[in-house]
Amino acid sequence: MLYNAPHPLEVKVLTRRFGLENSASIDTYLATDGYKALGKALDMTPDDIINEVKASNLRGRGGAGFPTGMKWSFVPRNVDKPKYIVVNADESEPGTCKDRLLIENDPHQLIEGVLIAALAVGASKGWIYIRGEYRYLIDIMDKALAEAYARGYLGQNILGRGFNFELYTQTGAGAYECGEESALLESLEGKRGVPRIRPPFPAVSGAFQSPTILNNVETFCAVPAILRDGGPAFSNLGVPKNGGTRMFCLSGHLNVTGVYELPMGFPLMKMINEIGGGVRGGRKLKAVIPGGSSCPILKAEECDLPMDYDSLMKAKSMLGSGGVVVMDEQTDMVKAALRIMHFYQHESCGWCIPCREGTTWLKKLLTRLDAGRGTIGDVNLVGDLARNMLGRTFCPLGDAAAMPTISIVEKFRDEFEAKLANYTAPRAQSSQFVVV
Amino acid sequence: MNFSPQLEQKFADLLTHYPEGRQRGALIPMLMFAQDEVGSITPDVVNEVARRCGVTPLQVDEVIGYYSMLHRKPLGKYHVQVCTNISCLLVGGEELYEHACKKLGIGHKQVTADGQFSLEEVECMGACSWAPAIQIGYDFHHFVTPQKFDQLIDALRKIQ
Repeated sequence: MLYNAPHPLEVKVLTRRFGLENSASIDTYLATDGYKALGKALDMTPDDIINEVKASNLRGRGGAGFPTGMKWSFVPRNVDKPKYIVVNADESEPGTCKDRLLIENDPHQLIEGVLIAALAVGASKGWIYIRGEYRYLIDIMDKALAEAYARGYLGQNILGRGFNFELYTQTGAGAYECGEESALLESLEGKRGVPRIRPPFPAVSGAFQSPTILNNVETFCAVPAILRDGGPAFSNLGVPKNGGTRMFCLSGHLNVTGVYELPMGFPLMKMINEIGGGVRGGRKLKAVIPGGSSCPILKAEECDLPMDYDSLMKAKSMLGSGGVVVMDEQTDMVKAALRIMHFYQHESCGWCIPCREGTTWLKKLLTRLDAGRGTIGDVNLVGDLARNMLGRTFCPLGDAAAMPTISIVEKFRDEFEAKLANYTAPRAQSSQFVVV
Repeated sequence: MNFSPQLEQKFADLLTHYPEGRQRGALIPMLMFAQDEVGSITPDVVNEVARRCGVTPLQVDEVIGYYSMLHRKPLGKYHVQVCTNISCLLVGGEELYEHACKKLGIGHKQVTADGQFSLEEVECMGACSWAPAIQIGYDFHHFVTPQKFDQLIDALRKIQ
């Protein structure tokens, strides 16, 4: 099912089957070049597969943007341990709702991508870790897996080529932190989702302490097209070092919201004005979160840039998970900062102190500032505290909480000051300390 | 304790998914599916899942404490989850949550006296482009206005 109409500016590679009748069925998949890339991969050496993925300039779609082919090449070859593939379908980054569509509309594309990865590293087993809230996707995925087993694309001696691979779904149970790769692996092993200390990285010691490839749903979904049409063809869809297309999830104050597949490097303002139909109600643009709520926010005048990993990094933000959250001129930025911190405070796993205590303290400060209380010193403290969390936690959740906060305080400091200045009424008769 | 034949089949299958000796991997799925059938994670469920996964009940307890979808007390028959995270907030998620509190007469993580509805203000559920969004049980509802919310709740009330 589609939740929004396609747009003529889209380049449909991963979403090419969206909208077809029974697009999730194996018959539709096979009728539209499905599992052809697997056939091709079976005739290739593992090195050839990895080189093809390297040539595609595909970078991890979960948020970090690490080159996928390189990640795969880190899996050691000559070890006795079994090797595993894990799909991160724990999509939880606020502003992001793309993996849901990829599984719902084309689950076999994901299975084929996983099978190709398995061939590239010699893996024998894999899990698709789906967030607990997406129960209906587990049913869709289980049905697709059953079809693939029945037709000989999974299980023993796949396509008669002596290749064995088992693939299962695994449900999460409501924890943003489990989208972090090492916490996800802990959860897969039946434990609390707290991050692991790295190194070793999952490529060396991942699921059940075996070498593991762990990628986002969208990353695996790009792989069949790369093998089918060739790495360079996929790469050329995007811009240098940022190959292919990616799914952008438009949300917030736009006339038209939805998920669209666009080439890497697509201009952000064009995305907002032509695909999103401009800012709702004819209002002016104030700010954009370019890739999920962990990314530093961009002011309207900073939004004239292409959407690829390197351009966003140059603008001191991130392409992240593709969640583009648009805010109009009436948006209360202090409230937005508070809501974002409320989320990270709730989701902090509590494993390391800078994140656990930092997010709690920041939430208290921001609650106070949002109510117009506190002092200018509190505004400074928010920035200082967040800067001191950066890089001091086991996993990126601490950074994810700090980065948007720092950028909002720096770029919209006037709004914090205005709230303090405009607060008058009950202040005289109450204590200046507010318990929150 | 025994579960329904379908769930027993599912659990037997689940335990084959993990490497030999690592059956603890089935712990979280078992808790989720058992909770769906039993209604909540009772002490009996804890002991049973611990036995099947080869861990102690304490190890199950520490896992339950971590995951927000695992509940020790029964939820309402219809668990209403309203997202107020950033994308929903921008288009009225907070007002929708306040409306939901009034309509159902309960607050965050509370259950109505008749046990029919429970309410929870939740974090991002992955429906940002179709906000504001709610989930009732596992069913998503998109672009929810207060009027649409009332229609959904009234329809469920009629089913009772």
